[in-house]
Amino acid sequence: MSAVTADVAKAVVKRRSHPTAHGEARFGFAMIGLSVLFVAVFTAIPILASLGLSFFSWDVISSPRYVGLKNYEQLFNDGPVLKSFGVTLGMALAIVVLQLTIGLALAVLVNQRKLVWVRTLFRTAFYLPLLASTAAVSIFMGYLFDYKFGVVNYYLGLLGIPNVPWLTSGFGAASTIVLIAVWQQVGFTFVLFVASLMSVPTDVLEAAQIDGAGALRTLFRIKIPLISPTILFAAVVALINAMQLFDQPYIMTKGGPGSATTTVTISMYQKGFQNLQFGYGSAIAILLLVAILMITGLQFLAARKLVFYQ
Amino acid sequence: MSHSTAVLARIGRMTGILVLVIAAMVALGPLLWTVTTSLRTPAEAFSNPPHWLPLHPDFSNYSAVFDRIPIGRFFVNSVLVTGLIVIGQTITCTLSGYAFAMVSFPGRSVIFGIFLATMMVPLQTIIIPVFVIIRYLGLSDSPLSLVVSALGSAFGTFLMRQYFMQMPRELGEAARIDGAGHFQTFLMIYAKMAGPAIATLAILNFSGFWAEFYRPLIFLQSQDNFTLPLGLVGLQGNLGTGSISIVLAGVILAILPSVVLFIFAQRYFIAGITAGASR
Repeated sequence: MSAVTADVAKAVVKRRSHPTAHGEARFGFAMIGLSVLFVAVFTAIPILASLGLSFFSWDVISSPRYVGLKNYEQLFNDGPVLKSFGVTLGMALAIVVLQLTIGLALAVLVNQRKLVWVRTLFRTAFYLPLLASTAAVSIFMGYLFDYKFGVVNYYLGLLGIPNVPWLTSGFGAASTIVLIAVWQQVGFTFVLFVASLMSVPTDVLEAAQIDGAGALRTLFRIKIPLISPTILFAAVVALINAMQLFDQPYIMTKGGPGSATTTVTISMYQKGFQNLQFGYGSAIAILLLVAILMITGLQFLAARKLVFYQ
Repeated sequence: MSHSTAVLARIGRMTGILVLVIAAMVALGPLLWTVTTSLRTPAEAFSNPPHWLPLHPDFSNYSAVFDRIPIGRFFVNSVLVTGLIVIGQTITCTLSGYAFAMVSFPGRSVIFGIFLATMMVPLQTIIIPVFVIIRYLGLSDSPLSLVVSALGSAFGTFLMRQYFMQMPRELGEAARIDGAGHFQTFLMIYAKMAGPAIATLAILNFSGFWAEFYRPLIFLQSQDNFTLPLGLVGLQGNLGTGSISIVLAGVILAILPSVVLFIFAQRYFIAGITAGASR
C-alpha cells in the first residue's frame, strides 16, 4: 500500500507545475473513484437491477424471460406472501413503539443530575446486548424461552404461572421475537436519547423549575419537544431495521409455527433463494422497499406537526 | 421547596434508580446465564434453578467446541472477512469523504446526492442482484464475496465527509503554498487529523460485519467457508439438544471480541451512533 501511495503522491506532485482547476477536478475524481466503483456495482446498479428483474421470470439456470407485471399480479394474489407483509408490519410497529418508549424512559431516568457517576455503568449494561450478533442472541434466547426447560418459564413457575408456549404458539412466537429484538436494540435508542437529553440547555430547565414545573411537566413540555428531532430519527432508523427482521425468526422458529413469524424477508428468501424464483423474489423486495419508503414518508409527515426544531 | 415535595422528589428518584437497576438486570441476565451455562457440564446444563454464579467452572466445553466443529476455521474466516472490510472501507471512505468535503470537481453534489439516496435502500432490496453479480465474478461460496461487495459504503463516505467538513481549509492552503501536492496535502495533513473519525468507522464496521448473518447465509454454501455466526447456527443444528453448554461456549467465543473492543473503545461506539443521528 505505502509504495502505491508514494507513487500516486509523486505523480500528483509532478503535476503540480500547473495547479489548475482542471488538476483539482482530476484529483477529486481519482479520490472518489474507488468508492464510486464499489457503491455503483454493489448498491446503485443492484437497485435498478432489482426493479428490472421484477419484470422477468428467472430461475438462474435458463435465461431470463420478460413477463411484464405478472410477478406483481402473482404477488397481490399470493396469500402467504401478503400475510408476511402484515406479520412484518405488526411486529415492526410493536418493536418500534417498545424500543422508543423503553429507551426514552431509561434515558430520562439515567439523565438525572445526581446519577451522572453511574451513567457509564448503565450505558454499558444496555449496550452489551447490541454487541452480540443476532445469530448468537437467537441461539441463547431459544434456550431461555424453551417451553419445558427454559429459565423464563422456570421463574414464572415460581410465581405460580403455568408454562407459556413462548416459541411454540403463533402469538407467543411473534411476541417473543418482538421482545428479544427490543431487548437487543433498546441500547441504541437509549444511547441516542441520553446524548440528546444532555444537550438540552440547563438554563431552560432551571427556568422551568423556577416557574414551578414538576418533573413530569418538564419532561413532556420541555425535554421531549426539545429532543423530538432525535426521537424522529430513532423512529425512522428503528422502523427501517424492524421491517427487515430476518435473523431471529429464521433461526428461532423458521418462520413458524405455521406462518406466524414468516416476515417479508423470510418470504423473499424462500421464493428467491430456496425456490430460485429470482424475478418473483425481486418483486417482493421492491414492494418491501416501497412499503418502507411509504411508512418513512408518513413518519416525516406526522413529524411536521410533532417535531420541534430550534 | 417544602418538606413534602422534597420527600416526594426523593421517592421519585429512588423509584427511578430501582427501575434502572431492574432494567440493567434484564439486559445482562441472559448474557450472564449464557456465560455460566457454558461453564457447566452438559448433563447439568438444563437443570433449574439456574446457577447464576459459576462455583465449579468447567472449561471443558470450550475445548469441546474446537473438537466438535471447525470453529477455529470459522474464526479465521471471520477475522479475514471483517479485517479486510475494515481496512478496505477505511481507505475508500477516507478518500471519497475527503474529496466530497474539500475538493471541487464537476458533478460533486449530484454524485454525493446519489450516495445519500443509496443509504436509504435496505440490503434486502438489493441482495438478489448482488448475489447474481457475485456469481458472475466467480466468487460464489467464497468468503471474499462478502468482502468485495462491502468495500464501498455511502454511510462511511458520509461519516468521513462530515468530519473533514469541520476541518479548517486554511491548513491545506498553507501546505499548497509551501509546495505540497493535492494528495500530499490530504495524506500528510487532513488524513492524520481524521484519526477519531477513522476509528469510529473502523469500529462500527468491525462490530457490524463480525456479527453479520444474512449475507453469509446467502453467499456461502460449504461449511469450510462459514463465518462465526453462520457456523454457530449450523453447530446448534448438528448437536441437537444434548449439549447446549458446548453451543453456548461457542456463542461466548463469538461475542467476546466485540465485547473486549467495546471495553477499550466505548467512546467510538457512542460517537458512531450519535454521528448517524446528526445528519
